[in-house]
Amino acid sequence: MTDTGFGVDANLQDDAKSGGPTVVYRHRLATRVWHWTNVVTLFIMLMSGLTIFNAHPRLYWGQYGANNDHAWLQIGSADNRGYLRVGDTTVDTTGVLGRWTSASGNTVNRAFPYWATIPSSYNLAVARHWHLFFAWIFAFGILLYALWSVVSRHLTRDLLPTRKEIAPAHILHDVAQHARLRFPKGEAARHYNVLQKLSYCGVLLVLLPAVVLTGLTMSPTMNAAWPFLLDIFGGRQSARSIHFIAATLLVLFILVHVAMVVLAGPINEIRSMITGRYRLPKE
Amino acid sequence: MVFSPTRRTFLTAGLVGAAPLVLSGCDVFGLAQSQGVNDALGSSEDLARHVQRLLGGEALAPEFEEAEMSPVFRTNGNTMPADSAYQALAQRNFAGFSLAVDGLVERPMQFTLAEIMAMPSRTQITRHDCVEGWSAIGKWTGVPLARLLDQTGLKQDARYVVFHCADDFSGSKYYESIDLDAAHHPQTILAYGMNDAPLPIGHGAPLRLRVERQLGYKQAKFVMRIEAVASLDSLGAGRGGYWEDAIGYDWYAGI
Repeated sequence: MTDTGFGVDANLQDDAKSGGPTVVYRHRLATRVWHWTNVVTLFIMLMSGLTIFNAHPRLYWGQYGANNDHAWLQIGSADNRGYLRVGDTTVDTTGVLGRWTSASGNTVNRAFPYWATIPSSYNLAVARHWHLFFAWIFAFGILLYALWSVVSRHLTRDLLPTRKEIAPAHILHDVAQHARLRFPKGEAARHYNVLQKLSYCGVLLVLLPAVVLTGLTMSPTMNAAWPFLLDIFGGRQSARSIHFIAATLLVLFILVHVAMVVLAGPINEIRSMITGRYRLPKE
Repeated sequence: MVFSPTRRTFLTAGLVGAAPLVLSGCDVFGLAQSQGVNDALGSSEDLARHVQRLLGGEALAPEFEEAEMSPVFRTNGNTMPADSAYQALAQRNFAGFSLAVDGLVERPMQFTLAEIMAMPSRTQITRHDCVEGWSAIGKWTGVPLARLLDQTGLKQDARYVVFHCADDFSGSKYYESIDLDAAHHPQTILAYGMNDAPLPIGHGAPLRLRVERQLGYKQAKFVMRIEAVASLDSLGAGRGGYWEDAIGYDWYAGI
């Protein structure tokens, strides 16, 4: 038996002597169920969220913010062009943001395009129904998984980096290896590497709690019930901005995550998230 | 060993990348536009209402300092009712205005604006949150709704308070409703003053409902009549408010 470092001590198929691949039990059931739940809920949250953003495509800092106040980010259209403005910098985004062509060929002046939103034609009431329904599954999934990670020691054993791993030299070395698309092989692939640990901890401990709590902070009834939420995030409009930034970082994480899965061997990686069994890449 | 992308790699990447497009392109197979699905998803609103009431109880909405007020409080919705009777009242500075309170009340009453303004008032600096996402902070002065309901009394079977307004969208008069918890909340007022001045017409003169723990479309403007009812079924299409009936916004509107 070999400690896989992923909770269950099991070498399901240790053919090292016969020269075959080493298969380890990598992802436990809780991880797999939560992962695939998130694949569905996160896409629905992101896409219905963009419809809600489209209702008022401006972001502010502070307690209040409306059309007469300074928006630090704005997506709009002017002179038949679509644009994204962040601070004083404006980028022409015609065709993608602000002004784009619908599936039926019509020109639409709206922030995010139909292919990125739920529903695909603007409907704030429907988007809010999708967003606020799946928010329950999303938020309780995060809460349950975080609790399970602590109780099962998944967090401390597999996710939190060790002191040795967060040494700058070690991190730089891993970054350099990743940049050359050299991923851990053999025994080194038994555990998450430090870049994985930092990403997963950043998502589980920072981005996901932030996106849920800023979502709650936008609720006027929650502001009455839990006024400290406004103090944490610096106001409802700041919370709305942080909600959007956290969602953007989650999209970035998904893009990098999927790219890494594809580069590291998609069949083995995806299979491991379905069956739990992961074949250590040969040295 | 150095990784070298294969054709399979690119195919997989393409498929994974295309997934959201497929999802949205077919609108999740038409689900997003289905009324049944939409109603089922909308039912989570009841859960939100119960949980938030449990967590919040009678807690007050945050109140702010004068320094925290929006420099400009934008208007939205209707800014001048087309109704000729309303316009005649507005021309006389609402001198002839009276608010009707009827329905399931013990004593149906009419209150002139002078009578309302002579009652004990409440002033609060609160944040107005539009369902679309923007917020504005303003100062509201008005009579607590509970004071009016104390005077008229409520019949036992009254469950909701309905606000009938002077403004209309394409001929349909605006209306909203709240439950008795919200109606008796200390911050629920009928405002006649805004930012230390008489309430402007653009913001709903002569009376505007402020129900501070809910979204902007609950803050009915140009309130002409208040009606206590047992059920919302016979009001409009039965969803409790103009926007709820017209486009399906949630009645509770606490999130």
